This record gives sequence, structure tokens and C-alpha cells, in this order.
Amino acid sequence: MDKILLAIEVLCGISLALTLLLLVAEFFFANYGDCEIDINNGDKKITAKGGGSLLSTLSEDKVFIPSACGGRGSCGFCKCKVDKGGGPVLPTETPYLSEEELKNNVRLSCQIKVKEDIAIRIPEELLSVKEFETTVESITDLTHDIKGVRFKLPEGETVRIKAGQYIQLVAPPYDEVHEPTSRAYSIASRPSDDEAIDLIIRLVPNGIVTTYVFEHLKEGDKAKLVGPFGDFYLRDTDKECIFIAGGSGLAPFRSMLYDMIEKGIKRKTTFFFGAVGLRDLYFVEEFAKLSEEHSWFKFVPALSGKEEGHSYERGLITDVVARSFEKMDNHEGYLCGSPGMIDACVRVLTAGGIPEDQIFYDKFA
Amino acid sequence: MEVTDIHPLVILFAAITTDNILLARFLGMCPFLAVSKQVKSSIGLGTAVVFVLTCTSVLNWIVYNSILVPYNLEYLQYIVFIIVIAAFVQIVEMAIERISMSLYMALGIFLPLITVNCAILGGSLFMISRKYTLLQTAGFGFGSGLGWMLAIVAMAGIREKMKKAKVVPQLEGPGIALIIAGIMALAFIGFSGVMKIN
Repeated sequence: MDKILLAIEVLCGISLALTLLLLVAEFFFANYGDCEIDINNGDKKITAKGGGSLLSTLSEDKVFIPSACGGRGSCGFCKCKVDKGGGPVLPTETPYLSEEELKNNVRLSCQIKVKEDIAIRIPEELLSVKEFETTVESITDLTHDIKGVRFKLPEGETVRIKAGQYIQLVAPPYDEVHEPTSRAYSIASRPSDDEAIDLIIRLVPNGIVTTYVFEHLKEGDKAKLVGPFGDFYLRDTDKECIFIAGGSGLAPFRSMLYDMIEKGIKRKTTFFFGAVGLRDLYFVEEFAKLSEEHSWFKFVPALSGKEEGHSYERGLITDVVARSFEKMDNHEGYLCGSPGMIDACVRVLTAGGIPEDQIFYDKFA
Repeated sequence: MEVTDIHPLVILFAAITTDNILLARFLGMCPFLAVSKQVKSSIGLGTAVVFVLTCTSVLNWIVYNSILVPYNLEYLQYIVFIIVIAAFVQIVEMAIERISMSLYMALGIFLPLITVNCAILGGSLFMISRKYTLLQTAGFGFGSGLGWMLAIVAMAGIREKMKKAKVVPQLEGPGIALIIAGIMALAFIGFSGVMKIN
């Protein structure tokens, strides 16, 4: 008996000693003290505790660099120029950086660990990105797996967006999720509506934020939004527009269309909305009405499923687009949807004759 | 001749060549096959093994002889050695990240992987079963690490050259790698008996 106890004691003692040693080591090695982050050559200086990622350290001080994946290193959006500090480029970053960017010290801010004083440069307007404490005004079921959520801004607060931009919704910790998590959603409301923001959110199986929205968020709840971000907006040309959306990718186009109507832009526009079955369609009447009222706008929903009893276009959205145009020599493409859909659509549009730099898209990574 | 009389340097050289932990004892085969496609990464992994094997052998010798032996708890050696190795690797990883980012990048994922490399545990168990002194253990650990590195770098070199060679399709990849390992082992075992270390 004594022998067993002794064995347990010795084992526990050794484990305890090693744990203490690890803690001491962590205190010495992983403690980077206070680091200074210099933004845009002295425009703003932040002193923060080292050890965290640059992205999260900045956001704690209310500087928000856009990130669609929330710092997992899978979207490649959170790029910033690092002039000083930051260490060598990590293998997790290289897939997202072009040679030009590597030469110019562009890095992914979510992969950089703040260990020393860092000097970075970010676009001026990011310093004006704001964090909003909104109230959920309404939640509408649009389809079986898509909800429209309207967030009311606090009294006196306004938001300036460009139609097509996106904003990040921050889900607080819930259930098994212990960290606040943010994901990007395109804004569906018109820019002139500066008191509230509409988002269209599709349930992603096991998605942290979408699950939160679908199972926990109620009308009247508080919700944190950060933004707006993004360079997905209507370019100032007079070319004919081809809008292609799938699923919740309809959101930015709703915003863009209302913006065009309000501003009196009458560029010829065709909006293709791809879905599988009738149950995946939403806002169809609204867009059909717009298309009746405005001769320059045409709305084309297309269903890829085998369902009967509807008069919409049939087939994959790429095929529908391809057969709708004889040539696309004076067109611009705007795409929003899953990466697979976008890649396929880019191929169709470039094959039709649209140069790649005139195709704009938001990929849901 | 008693084991304790063998000079640590002899043990060191023997551990590199005649008693190579990989090619004579076949310990640490998994990373040997998996990470030996490029010389560069095999050097990275080899360096990490040399360092960890040397340090953990010495550490484990101290823990074994100053804690386990006095309490007659020698049978706990397996679990204790593994904990010590795991903790040591953790500390080394933190230290390297702090001190040299370029070394940290070079070692990358290899460092944490080493915790479960059986050559590391094997090194600690051999020095116990052969009743080495502390100095001999240091020589043995360092030599075993170097021997392991020598073997994996040589293997990677051969495999890089092999890229251009035509291999029977059924034997491509791990198959031919095992055959090469076998031939290399034969060459190393040919020297056995030149130096006796246990």
C-alpha cells in the first residue's frame, strides 16, 4: 500500500515540478511586456501587452482591420504593411501574398504575433471604421436556412456605407464557444438608410456565428457590429452590369440596386440569382417589382433542381448566364456567393469576353 | 571491461556509427520515412532531434538516479521519462520562439512532433539499461542524435537522387524507402563489433 502511495506521490511531485517549471518558463519567454504599435507613421500610437496577434491587439484598441474569417488565416483579407517588427513571413501567410506584396512587406495581421515595437501602415479609412452596439430590431425567416436580420444603430449614431460593402457581426461567447467570434456579412440595406443595417445570414452547419444567430439571437438583443469594410461596390463606368448571386449573396446587390435607383443610375443591369429549388428563393417579388418599374433592370432567378411548376430559368447559374448573352464585350461582372460558384462564373464571364479586372467579387471564405 | 570504463567519446562515436539508433536499433522510423523527402527539412528535424535527445537523456538520467532509484520506483521510468520529454520540448519551443524566430521557423512542426519520437525515449531507456554514468549518457545522447540525423540526411539525399530513377510502381514511396533503409542498415551493421559499448 505504501509503495503505491509513494509511487503516486513521486509521480505527482514530478508532474507538479514540471508544471511549475513550464509556468516559470512561460512567464519568462512568453511575456513580451508592453509593445508600441505605430500606425501610419505616427497617426496613431497604441501601447499594448505583447503576445497576442496583431489583428486582435489592434481591435482591442478599436482599430479594425477587415477580416472575414476572424483571424484563422483562411481569408487573406487582413493585410497590412509592416515597416518595422513582425518577424519573418510565416508559411501560413505566403499562400495569400503575391510577390509584389512580399516585396512591399505586406503581411497578414492575424498571423503576426506582437513581440516587439511594430510600425504598420493601413488604409486611412480603416482608422474610421467603427464598432456599433446595435439592437436587433427584427429577424425574418427568408427561406428554410436564410434569415434576414435588421440591426438598429444606437440613438444618434450613423453609418456611412458604400453599397456592396460588408460588416462584421461579433457573436459573444456561448455554449462551447469561449471567445467572441466575428464573421463578415454583406449589407443588404440601402446606404441612405443610416439608422439600421440589414444582413442576410445563411445557416452554415456548425458555423459559430450563424449558429448563434439561428439559435440564440432574439429580437431586442444587443449585437456588436464592426465595419463597414470592403471594395465590392459598383464601379463608376457606363458598362452593362451582370450581377450574379447565390444563396445569401443576394445581399450586396439589393443594396446596390436601391442605391442605383436613388442616385438615378440607369445602367443596363441583369441580376442572376441562382438557387436549387423554389424553397431557396426569397425577395423574388421585390426584385420582380423593381424590374417592372425600371426598364434598365432585369431579374433572372434560376433553379438548378428538377422541380416542376415554375417558370424560372432552369439549370446551373453558369449555364443560364452563358446562354443569356451572345457576347459580353461591354459588360462588367459583379459576383457574390460561394468560392466554387464564383470561380465557375469567372470562367464563364472571361470566356464571354470580360477582362478579369472588370469582374468584381466577394467570396464567402 | 566494465561499462563504466568506456570513454564517453567512444560511446559518442559508437552511437553515431556502429550502434546507430535508427539503422541498428530501428527506433524513430516514422519520421525517418515521412520527413526524408528533402535534405533541407531532414536537416531541420535532425537538428531538433540532436538537441532534444542530448538534453532529455541527461535530464532523465538525473531524474532517474536522484528520484526514482532512491525510492525504488524504477518501474515508473517510462511514464516519468515521457513527461520529462514532453515538458522539456514545450520549454524549448517557447525559448526558441523567443530567442530565434528563424530557427523556430526552420524547425516548425518538427519540434512538437519530437515528443513522440521513439528514438528520444529509446535513448533514455538505453542509458538506463546499459548503466551509463552521467558523462557517458551525455555522449550517448549526443551521439545517438547525430547518428539519427546522419541517417535521415543520408536517406533524404538518396531519395532526392532517386526522384529521377525509375522505381517499380508498386514500390514507389514508402516501399522503396524501406528497402533503402534496409540496405543502409546492412552497411552500418557491417561495422558492429568495432566498438563495444554495452
